[in-house]
Amino acid sequence: MADETLSLKKAFSGHGGFGVDETTMAAMVAKWRKQPDQKSRFRNDFSGFFTNIGSIEKCEDDYLLRLKTEFSRFKNIMVLWLMHPWERDARWMHHVMHKSYPFTVIVEIACTRTSEELLGAKRAYQALFNHSVEEDVAYHIKESYSKLLVGLVSSFRYEGPQVDNEMAKWEAKALGNAIKSGGSGKLIQNEEVIRILTTRSKRHLKATFKHYKELHGKPIEEDLGANLCLQETVKCIDKPAKYFSEAINTAFKEGADKPSKLSLTRVIISRADVDMEEIKETYHKQFGVKLEDMITKNTHGHYKDTLLTLIGK
Amino acid sequence: MATISVPNPVPSAIEDAEKLRKAFQGWGTDEKAMIAVLAHRDVAQRKQIKIVYEEQYKEKLLKRIESEISGHFERAVYRWFFDPVERQAIMANIAIKNKVVDFPVIIEIACVNSSNELLAVKQVYQSLYKHSMEEDVASHTTGDFRKLLFALIGTYRYDGDEINTELAKTEAKILNDAITKGEFNNDEIIRILSTRSKAQLLATFNCYKDAHNLSITKALSSKTPNDFVIALRAAIRCMTTPTKYFEKVLRDTLQKSGIDEDTLTRVIVMHAEKDLKEIKELFQTRANMTLEQAVAKKTSGDYKNFLLALIGN
Repeated sequence: MADETLSLKKAFSGHGGFGVDETTMAAMVAKWRKQPDQKSRFRNDFSGFFTNIGSIEKCEDDYLLRLKTEFSRFKNIMVLWLMHPWERDARWMHHVMHKSYPFTVIVEIACTRTSEELLGAKRAYQALFNHSVEEDVAYHIKESYSKLLVGLVSSFRYEGPQVDNEMAKWEAKALGNAIKSGGSGKLIQNEEVIRILTTRSKRHLKATFKHYKELHGKPIEEDLGANLCLQETVKCIDKPAKYFSEAINTAFKEGADKPSKLSLTRVIISRADVDMEEIKETYHKQFGVKLEDMITKNTHGHYKDTLLTLIGK
Repeated sequence: MATISVPNPVPSAIEDAEKLRKAFQGWGTDEKAMIAVLAHRDVAQRKQIKIVYEEQYKEKLLKRIESEISGHFERAVYRWFFDPVERQAIMANIAIKNKVVDFPVIIEIACVNSSNELLAVKQVYQSLYKHSMEEDVASHTTGDFRKLLFALIGTYRYDGDEINTELAKTEAKILNDAITKGEFNNDEIIRILSTRSKAQLLATFNCYKDAHNLSITKALSSKTPNDFVIALRAAIRCMTTPTKYFEKVLRDTLQKSGIDEDTLTRVIVMHAEKDLKEIKELFQTRANMTLEQAVAKKTSGDYKNFLLALIGN
């Protein structure tokens, strides 16, 4: 009985875990069929979840909400999995407008998708919300990084092989000058920085970042200060696998907040068919542990099974 | 409606290619024969002629044309030859690479086309020049002009009819505030003009007119006419009343002293297969003479004959 209680408690645990253990729960329903006292004893024993009010054990509202979230992890991932990638991206971007997702999601989508994929996402956005994503970003996001975001989301980058190396060197210098002259507050609104980051092709930018490192002896990310938007932009363009691997890691950290946890689902679903192998390798190198092991350890139930399948275990 | 006239029945591409070949051979060029063919064939026919000519005579048709004729005539024929999408990409590139960026061309292309037409131009631009149009516009402009042109060309507007009347009122007020303060390069003006759908903008401008008894373009022109304000007005007029806009451009260049052949060529070549008929009709009521008369007065030689053929003489 003690074992059963413990495993059922674990199964219902919404704290810190990702997902719930549906199989154990279903088994308990079978085991405790027609035994309401068992259930009553369980409720009395599970003090975090239930409190006694009068003669009944009431669910803590807080816990209920968390539990519902945990149950929906599997539902959400299944719905997202079925959706067209463009619609997914459009909906994720829309969430940012209404502040339920951090703005870095827009940077992520604008910078890691191909020009065709981003265009598709923009079309889906228009069909779903009767607005262009550019107008919504420009209108709803008024922070200092707004110009950069509008530029990133409007981009329709050249994707061919041609790179003008001389220009890349010149622009690496220009970036260096912008960094030297402005404080990091001003940097995010610097015209040249925005122009270079939002219009140049990704190949060109990679060459530019390489030249920057040769010129200044360190990667450009180190000189961007605490500027999160710029950091994420550079990372997404230059080393997307590293960006995704870090996003996954943040989700697993102790005390990670809701949006960070949601990024686990988002990253795995959106990259499963794209560069998951590379992300797994990068994750292993960076954090010294295999991604499948982290998932197995920290997630539960059908949600866990789906994640493991998606990463191609 | 188009103004060019194609003979019925139209000669085969082989006959046309032969005629052109004959026109090139020997001393000098038979310009009349060239015009008789090229100015009287539609896009598909011109394409066929090019294919057949190049197969038959093993040389690039356009290169041959360029070597046979020169000056304004040559520029007009060259620009005329392409299909509208490629033509706009080529003209955008010419405008950008000019010593001073020819901003009306960029504004016309950005604002007259639908979202998908503009996208097609950008795609062809990328394949021709191995750069995105956005990166070229941005790297060849600075300051306020860059802000405006980049925003106009980079956007992928919602193309639908949905409008929000409350928003139109609010944004009409925002525009008015900026205009009364004389802050034309204000971020809000650029945001509204470059991201909102055309339907929404029309609603906004109507609210503006209702509130102030003055159209927004008149309100803008009552202030000191610097280039930037001219650009703003051009953008607004291209989006709301393109026929009137082009009629005025033609009238300005044909009635003032001296003449800007590049502008004249541009408007006629870009509209002869589109809506030059409506522009012509409006011109006649405004200028008290036909477009043909005005062109004949201001131009001469083969250039004049070519333009007149396109205008539908």
